[in-house]
Order: sequence, then C-alpha cells, then structure tokens
Amino acid sequence: MSNYLDISKISIDFPTPEGPFRALDQLSLRIRKGEFVSLIGHSGCGKSTVLNILAGLLRATEGGVALEGKEVNEPGPDRAVVFQNHSLLPWLSAFENVQLAVRQVFRDTMSKAEMRDWIERNLRLVHMEHAMHKRPHELSGGMKQRVGIARALAMRPKVLLMDEPFGALDALTRAHMQDSLMEIQRDLNNTVVMITHDVDEAVLLSDRIVMMTNGPAATIGEVLDINLPRPRNRVTLAEDSGYNHLRQQVLSFLYEKQRKVVEIPREPTGNTVEENANRNVETNHTATGLVSRSGRRA
Amino acid sequence: MISISQQTWLQPWIKLARGERPAQQLRSLSRTLVVPLAGIAAFLLLWAVAAGQINTSLGAFPGPQDVWQQGGALLDEHAAERREETAFYERQRERNEQRQAQDPSYQPRLFPYTGSSTYIDQILTSLVTVTAGFVLASLLAIPLGIVIGLSNTLYRAFNPVIQLLKPVSPLAWLPLVTMVVSAVYVSQDPAVPKAFITSMITVMLCCLWPTVINTAVGVASVDGDLTNVSRVLRLGWLTHVRTIVLPSAIPMMFAGLRTSLGIAWMVLIAAEMLAQSPGLGKFVWDQFQNGSSDSLSRIMVAVITIGVIGFLLDRLMLTLQGLVSWDKSADLR
Repeated sequence: MSNYLDISKISIDFPTPEGPFRALDQLSLRIRKGEFVSLIGHSGCGKSTVLNILAGLLRATEGGVALEGKEVNEPGPDRAVVFQNHSLLPWLSAFENVQLAVRQVFRDTMSKAEMRDWIERNLRLVHMEHAMHKRPHELSGGMKQRVGIARALAMRPKVLLMDEPFGALDALTRAHMQDSLMEIQRDLNNTVVMITHDVDEAVLLSDRIVMMTNGPAATIGEVLDINLPRPRNRVTLAEDSGYNHLRQQVLSFLYEKQRKVVEIPREPTGNTVEENANRNVETNHTATGLVSRSGRRA
Repeated sequence: MISISQQTWLQPWIKLARGERPAQQLRSLSRTLVVPLAGIAAFLLLWAVAAGQINTSLGAFPGPQDVWQQGGALLDEHAAERREETAFYERQRERNEQRQAQDPSYQPRLFPYTGSSTYIDQILTSLVTVTAGFVLASLLAIPLGIVIGLSNTLYRAFNPVIQLLKPVSPLAWLPLVTMVVSAVYVSQDPAVPKAFITSMITVMLCCLWPTVINTAVGVASVDGDLTNVSRVLRLGWLTHVRTIVLPSAIPMMFAGLRTSLGIAWMVLIAAEMLAQSPGLGKFVWDQFQNGSSDSLSRIMVAVITIGVIGFLLDRLMLTLQGLVSWDKSADLR
C-alpha cells in the first residue's frame, strides 16, 4: 500500500509559438492509501497542472501516473474532482447534481431506491439535506461547494482531488468547511490530494504537505510530514508549538526560499493547453527573472 | 404564468381588481400604460398630419381614420363571406334533403364553397406558412448548430458557407425554389398547393442561419469546468449533450430562434407577394394591382397587421423561452 497513487517523473510541455514551454519538470510523488496530501506553492507554479494530470484531464509529456498499479490516461470517476468554483450544473438541483454522478457510476450496481438513499446519505454527510432540492443559484458559495464535495464523494472515488476547494470562500465559511472536511475524512478515510494557497489550511488538514518550486519547470521543493494527532482542533492548535513550527516551515519555504517578484493576473487552470501556453508566453516576456501569475477567475 | 409571459403590464390591473393598494396600482398604471399610450397618440397625430400632405394617383395617403374604416370594412367582408358560406351549405343541405325525400336511393353530394378568401383567411394562411417554414428551419438548424458547435473543425468548415448564405435575400432564392418545386413536386392531386411549398421553403432557407449560428456559438461556449465535470464522469455523448450542452446553449439558441422567427415573418410577406401564394403578401400585392380608392388604406391595414403579428410572434418566443429556460431570474427582453 506504500504506493497507492504513484506519480513518477512527470513533466509537461505546453506548445507556444516559441517552442515548447516546460511547466512541470520531473515531478515524482508516492501517496499512500488514506493519506491526505496538500500541494502548496505560489500561483502559477503548476499545482493545478499536477492535479489535472492526476485527474486525467491533461496528459503528461513525459512520465506517468499509476493508481493501484494501473496507468492513468483519461478522466474517470475513480478520481473525482472538487473544482474550485463548484462547477455544479446550474439547471439541476443539488440532489440532481449528485444524482448525475451516482447514475453514471452505479447505474449497473444500484437500484433506484438504493441510489436515492446513497445520494441523500452523501448530501447529509456535507450537511445539505435541508436544501437538497434547491438549485445552485439559491445556495451560498459554501453550500455550493458542499454539494460539489458531496458529488465527488458520491462517486466513491479511489482518490479525491480537490482544486483549491475553499479558495473562493470567506474566512469563516472556509473554517466551517475545513472542519466538515476533517469530520468526513475521519469517517471515510479517503485518499485526498488537495491544492491550496492557504498555509493554515494545509497544516490543519494534511498528513503531508508537498511544497512546489516556482515555474517554469516547477517540481517538488520540500515535503513536510504533519504528525499532529487527530482529531485536530484549530483553536487549541493555534497555541500548539508543534503546529506553529510546521506552519513556520511552510511559510519559510514559500516566502524565503521561493519568493516571488512579479505577479501577473490569472493562473493556468489547465483547462486548455492553448490557454496555458498563451499565459506562459506572457510570463516569458516579462523582464524580471522570477515571475508568477496569481489570482484566478473570480 | 403572468410573469413568465412577460405580461407585466397586466399586473397592476389584476392587483387593482383585487383591491391591493389602489393608489400605488394607479401610479404603476400611469407609468406602464399612460406613457406608452401617449407615445402611440403622438405617432397617430404625426401620421394624420403627414398623410394629408401626400397626394398619390389613388388619392391622398390614408390617415389613421381611413385605415380604421377599411379595417372595419375588411372584417365586415369577412363576416359577410362567412354568412354566405353558411347559407351556401344550408341551401345544399335543404336541397339534398328534398331530393332524398323524393328518391331514397339518391346519394347526397356536397359541393365545397369556393368563395374568395377574406382578409382573415389570408392572415391565417400566412401564419400557417410561416409556422411551417420556421418549424422546418428549426428542425434543421438546431441539430446542425449543435453538431457544428461541438467540433471546432466542423465549425471552421461550415462557417464560411453559412456566412455566405446568410445575407442572401429571399427574392434571390424564390425563382430557384419555384423552379425546383415545380420540377420535384409533381402530383396530380397535390395535398398542399405548390405556392405554399415554395413560400415555406423560401422562408426556411432565409431563417435557418441565425438559429444555426447562435446554437453553434451557445454550444461552443459551454463552461470549460462543466465540460471537465462531464469528462470526469465519463458521460456518454448523448448524455453530455442533453444534460450539459443543451441547457447551457438554450439562451443563445432562443436568441437565434427569435431572430429567425422575425426574419421568417418578414421573408414570408415578400415571398407571398412574388410567388403569388395566398397570404398577407398577396393581399398587399392584389390591393396594389387593384388600385381602387380604398387600396392604400387596405395596404396600411395589412402593414399594421403584419407589425402586430410580428410583435406577437416575438412575445410568443419570449414566453416559450421563459418556460424552457432553467434561469428563471434572467431578464428576458
């Protein structure tokens, strides 16, 4: 079980008019079953690209990913993704959004009644049973993200991929969501890869924090084991010296070893290769050596 | 239903009838009713004044009053024609009964009434033709738009042809359509007249494009994140189109359909005029050829009718869009 999810030497090149642009270089990581791993790094360092490769939405130019010994080369519900901007279908209710996923994954193995139970169970898990039949536009940002998580969990994925799941939420809602996620993790013990910008979030939730160097040719800078006992409580941890030490280590990596100089708006989401390529070109044209792109679509 | 059909002007009346805060309803009425009515009144006044200044070989240009009169006359003619028709069938029935009474072996025959078609008949014919052409165009345009929108390559392949055909006037198509219909649609006892087919196909050819283009653009601009959701779920092509592509494309699709219906209605009038197929266009042409002192007023009646029907068709599409669209909060106008 030591290498449940095996990322070996993945590199990715995006084509640009000036030739290929290497966004990721030789990144390797092994993730155990049931482990919660956070990827942290400055905007534009290629975190999302890694996640998209794990999801199968992008293909690595070199190297590859194996999940339980099988190569990952296309998207699939065994690697459910929680997108940053919830990505719920606006014309379907919360229930129907989860239903779409459940139908797709369990259509041969579950009866109609079982499916309904399973959908409701997952919505209860994220505390959304009261608003099951509301459409996304009737829900707050946090509630939408809860439904997004329920949808992903309902696929019973082998790996749960979360792309800055709470990045668009206000601080209080984010804290609630993190607590909910820890609670769910305690019960389900999923294997999770989460991308984050937020140092506190990373330390609070993770078993391991993977810190990425800045692009181009980004790769893993340091890996930090978080041995804090669970359940973790954000209030008591605030005064915990172990917690603060870990936090300080991440901060020092981000702001001393990998300091960024120029900020260019928008970060590649890995949705389209062309988009990424264009933005990468912008980066190359910037006069300063150390550059970054920050901020995502609102 | 009232809000869905965008009939907001009705709301104050309903509330007034219910006795809900009459003062406020009256204020709302003055805003929604009095101002537009004042606009219409100003227009009528301008029209009346201008009409008196224009003299044609058929007399002065008709003012609102003449048009109103002729509108009434056209309705009277319609009523008279209908009376005539009923009387005709009544006479036949009586005669048949008499003959059957004299000779029980007599097989009664009913001759169809062949009176001239009235103004109302012409309107109905036009509506049937435009509906047929528009429905046919939509049935072709929506699937085509979806297919083109889903594939960049197909879009690039079709786009030049569509852009080329889009601005072609119905009058250019009409002779070709007429010839092709005459050659292809050969039947001793045609179920539908040739002229109807010709107008319908011309309408279809002209109103196809806005729907195709808008549907394609709507389909192509589906949110990338939603497409990723579909990929992660491994939705089949049909499910992907049904659950993700179509709902996202509906607003654009309806924008196209509305434009198409507007074009269809405009094209129809021209096609009927030129193809001499029954309908409002032919009515206008016949009046023009007729050249009586009433002709111009009658043409003006047709102009106003065409405008009102065009407006109502647009409202109908808007209502339909409101019913189909998932985004009930969208401001449709």
